[in-house]
Amino acid sequence: MIRIANAQGFWGDSLEAPLEQLRGGPIDYLTLDYLAEVTMSILQKQFARDPQAGYARDFPQMIERGAKEIVERGVKVVANAGGVNPETCGEAVAAALGRAGYKGRLKIGVVTGDNILGRLDDLMARGIELRNMDTGAALESIRARVRSANVYLGAFPIAEALGAGAQIVVTGRCSDVALSLGPTIHEFGWKRDDWDLLAAGVVGGHVVECGAQATGGNCQVDWETIPDLAGIGYPILEAEPDGRFAITKHLGTGGRVTVAGVTEQLVYEIGDPRAYITPDVIADFTTIQLSQAGKDRVQFWGVKGRPATELYKVSISYSAGFKAAGTMTYGWPDAVKKARAADGILRTRLERLGLRFSAIHSEYVGANACHGDLLSGEASPDIAEVTLRVGVRGDDAGAVERFTREIAPLALNGPPVVTYPSGGKPKVEEVVAYWPALIPKSEVAARVTVKES
Amino acid sequence: MARVKLREIAHARSGDKGDCTNIGLIALRPEDYPVLVREVTAERVKEHFRELCQGRVERFELPNLGALNFLLYEALDGGGTVSLRTDAQGKTFSAALLRMVVEV
Repeated sequence: MIRIANAQGFWGDSLEAPLEQLRGGPIDYLTLDYLAEVTMSILQKQFARDPQAGYARDFPQMIERGAKEIVERGVKVVANAGGVNPETCGEAVAAALGRAGYKGRLKIGVVTGDNILGRLDDLMARGIELRNMDTGAALESIRARVRSANVYLGAFPIAEALGAGAQIVVTGRCSDVALSLGPTIHEFGWKRDDWDLLAAGVVGGHVVECGAQATGGNCQVDWETIPDLAGIGYPILEAEPDGRFAITKHLGTGGRVTVAGVTEQLVYEIGDPRAYITPDVIADFTTIQLSQAGKDRVQFWGVKGRPATELYKVSISYSAGFKAAGTMTYGWPDAVKKARAADGILRTRLERLGLRFSAIHSEYVGANACHGDLLSGEASPDIAEVTLRVGVRGDDAGAVERFTREIAPLALNGPPVVTYPSGGKPKVEEVVAYWPALIPKSEVAARVTVKES
Repeated sequence: MARVKLREIAHARSGDKGDCTNIGLIALRPEDYPVLVREVTAERVKEHFRELCQGRVERFELPNLGALNFLLYEALDGGGTVSLRTDAQGKTFSAALLRMVVEV
């Protein structure tokens, strides 16, 4: 049995969780998922400005803080912290180990080959169209605005790096579940056509990839009674060679591991449950058998898998205009009525200025922002306050910028009982949109390098 | 027969994939799963979310988990990074579905 601890559900998740996973009890592997879709375009932008950037800088810092436990207890670490620059991330990890006094004590593996930004024109010239999976549109239509293009690699390159002796493995874009599936492939010698075992590994990876969402975080069932969310333990996957898994957490940590919470995570961000497609296998989530196996311990078994497809998924990001959102807060009485009047005044002014946007969206935070008017129902006239939040989106950065100057004046020249947040006018942001596509696996070669630190 | 809000018999979690939201709806007690299958059809979910979801709704069954999975297309004002909404990733759609009234 091996213990795989996840300590990062996205870049921005707890900085302390990795250290708590290392220090809170026995683990064999630590996995960290840093890459949301939006992250790659941000990292690509940083890389364009500075060739030494473009990876998750939190990761080498975490390695430096946790170096003692990692080196002295032999914990292996797998992270997709490499972003668009995995080699430099690997070097930064080596430097971090050196600073912690552990130079030359372990090997670092780096997985590359996912970044196809520089190959797009060549691929398109050879008839690989990279059409949008959702709309069917050809990439040509947005080619000039592409910011990043990365293939979701599978788990086998990670297993290969571990097999070559790497104790820390840094990847660029790979499937989220690969971070924990790679270790089970390596440890148990699972083969490329062990479809049921690989599918079980995918399910395990899916449960832990969002960190504490598997251990009582964001859980709807009896949430008020979940103990010590302040000290919530992150998930630990106990994997057996025959594809049976248990999900648990360190003793003495907060949170709760139950069938209800794990089921919420199993159905999180999935499509057709009979075909959860990954680079390595198609897992059938309708075959998962789940049961409580003790306090803070859920086990699953019986997962079936089918052969993987001949395609990799590609995540392409592209620039799609600009947006900004501003807020004003209106107090009792008749808060919503005043906020709606202010919205009407603002829209009239935008129109008189001749500003054109592809979308204007108004919400009343406290009354309808999450669920809309129909489901939220009429807000009470006695509601204590409501925040008007207006957002605009369009191709003209100047128009969006001008919009940001029209919010604050409402404090003096609109409806009464109004206050607004300090911090000045809203920021104009570039909109980065996503273009999911497919590419034949034969066009992509993952590369694995393993070096002394 | 009694009419109850779904939150009395189910829990849920929702997230995003592009401009599509998925909502996993789970029976609190296994014996209520058939109620979810009977009452919470794709058509009703589309009607329930008509203000927020511009596209179609697909439903999948996971009897092994006592759960249904719904895909709501064109439901996020263009998708997580494009959307102007506070809930740009549809994280609160789970609870919005639990407002639905069903017969048990």
